[in-house]
Amino acid sequence: MHKIGLIDYGMGNIHSVTKSLESLGEEIILINNFNQAKTCKAIILPGVGAFDPAMINLINTDLINDLKNWINSGKSFLGICLGLQLLFESSDEGKVQGLGILKGKIQKIPNVVNQRIPHMGWCQLLPTKSNTLLEHEELNNWVYFVHSYHAIPDDDDIIAAKVNYGSEKLTAMIEDDNLLACQFHPEKSGKTGEKLLRRWLSSIQ
Amino acid sequence: MVALRLIPCLDVANGRVVKGVNFVNLRDSGDPVELACRYSDEGADELVFLDIRASVENRNTLIDLVSRTAKSVKIPFTVGGGIDSVSSINDLLRAGADKVSLNSSAVRNPDLIYESSREFGTQCIVIAIDARRKVNKLGEWEVYVKGGRENTGIDVFSWAKKVEELGAGEILLTSMDGDGTQNGYDLHLTKSVANVVDIPVIASGGAGSLEDIYDVFKEGRASAALLASLLHDKKLTLQEIKTFLLEKKLLIRPYE
Repeated sequence: MHKIGLIDYGMGNIHSVTKSLESLGEEIILINNFNQAKTCKAIILPGVGAFDPAMINLINTDLINDLKNWINSGKSFLGICLGLQLLFESSDEGKVQGLGILKGKIQKIPNVVNQRIPHMGWCQLLPTKSNTLLEHEELNNWVYFVHSYHAIPDDDDIIAAKVNYGSEKLTAMIEDDNLLACQFHPEKSGKTGEKLLRRWLSSIQ
Repeated sequence: MVALRLIPCLDVANGRVVKGVNFVNLRDSGDPVELACRYSDEGADELVFLDIRASVENRNTLIDLVSRTAKSVKIPFTVGGGIDSVSSINDLLRAGADKVSLNSSAVRNPDLIYESSREFGTQCIVIAIDARRKVNKLGEWEVYVKGGRENTGIDVFSWAKKVEELGAGEILLTSMDGDGTQNGYDLHLTKSVANVVDIPVIASGGAGSLEDIYDVFKEGRASAALLASLLHDKKLTLQEIKTFLLEKKLLIRPYE
């Protein structure tokens, strides 16, 4: 069992992420002040909703510097959905600057024939490299997505998995050393989501 | 590519699952959380709870149901019924719902769609549209509210476009003519709405056979199919439906 810190900045899915990790035997500590993170082995930045309100809430919590230090110090970090998008420099969805921990931007999902926006539902992950959650050739992992924007990193190499969207591919997962981030919701992805969360948990030092 | 979704719908009243025919004659079909877990285990892609007896007095019963469901179910679920303010949406999302479905309140106050989608994101605002064919008019449907009791006279297609503009993330489209009859989805209605919006359309009302479900995806262009009496009465199982649709080469999330 680990103590996992969950950043509580008022942007949704705290409950689902908490329940999901508790059912895997972890202890969750809600973080709204970084002193609470001292005993934690890993930090999760969750989030659903719109980019600007999320960044504004995060700025108001005064957690940003500590969060950046945490990630830079090499400790385990997981971003989920909007928690992936906020790591980048900016988003088409809003005007507020992102955290800028990762270089690149968040763009509106392109209009593709016969594909709907929001991109909502279950998709098969397509790993682009071996990573903490998936082997390079590992298929048949179906997970739940719901988003209208997706990440375009400057450095393609940090993309760990993609997802098919008509003729296009969207970023599904980012891994950069200790930083892992999922555009999909592992906490809402049934048994597959549980399996992927277990793999992340077992990678925590 | 995103898979087509199968979504069991649990109509609830006073904490129990019920299902009626054409919006009346309610029958008891079991405990919501127990059923939700069963459907999730059997391969449901999402779940919908509709509180058809929503009132201020039993709002806490619904919140309790949502938090009990969120504890045991690991797939997304939507809750609807009598939700009429940003604060009640907030309560249900905080209790663990992934999406809320608005119906009468959105017609009465379309700004609620705009405000709530800005606040919580478009992905969690589902607009439920109860549509009934206009008498003696082919290809025209009107929006009904208050559990199907009141005709607003609003054209379904213009309402669908409007809710999309205001920030709805999804449309839950019920054919009142088909609801509970098991005579098949209204393909004409579903396809027509799916053609005028870019957001996903969940088809509801009338599923009675494997072919009906295939048709609503193939011909009706639905992104998801809502299932109720057919599952509650054990006429078909989710696994049977998924197996059939996979054999028919539709993109379906395989059974885990």
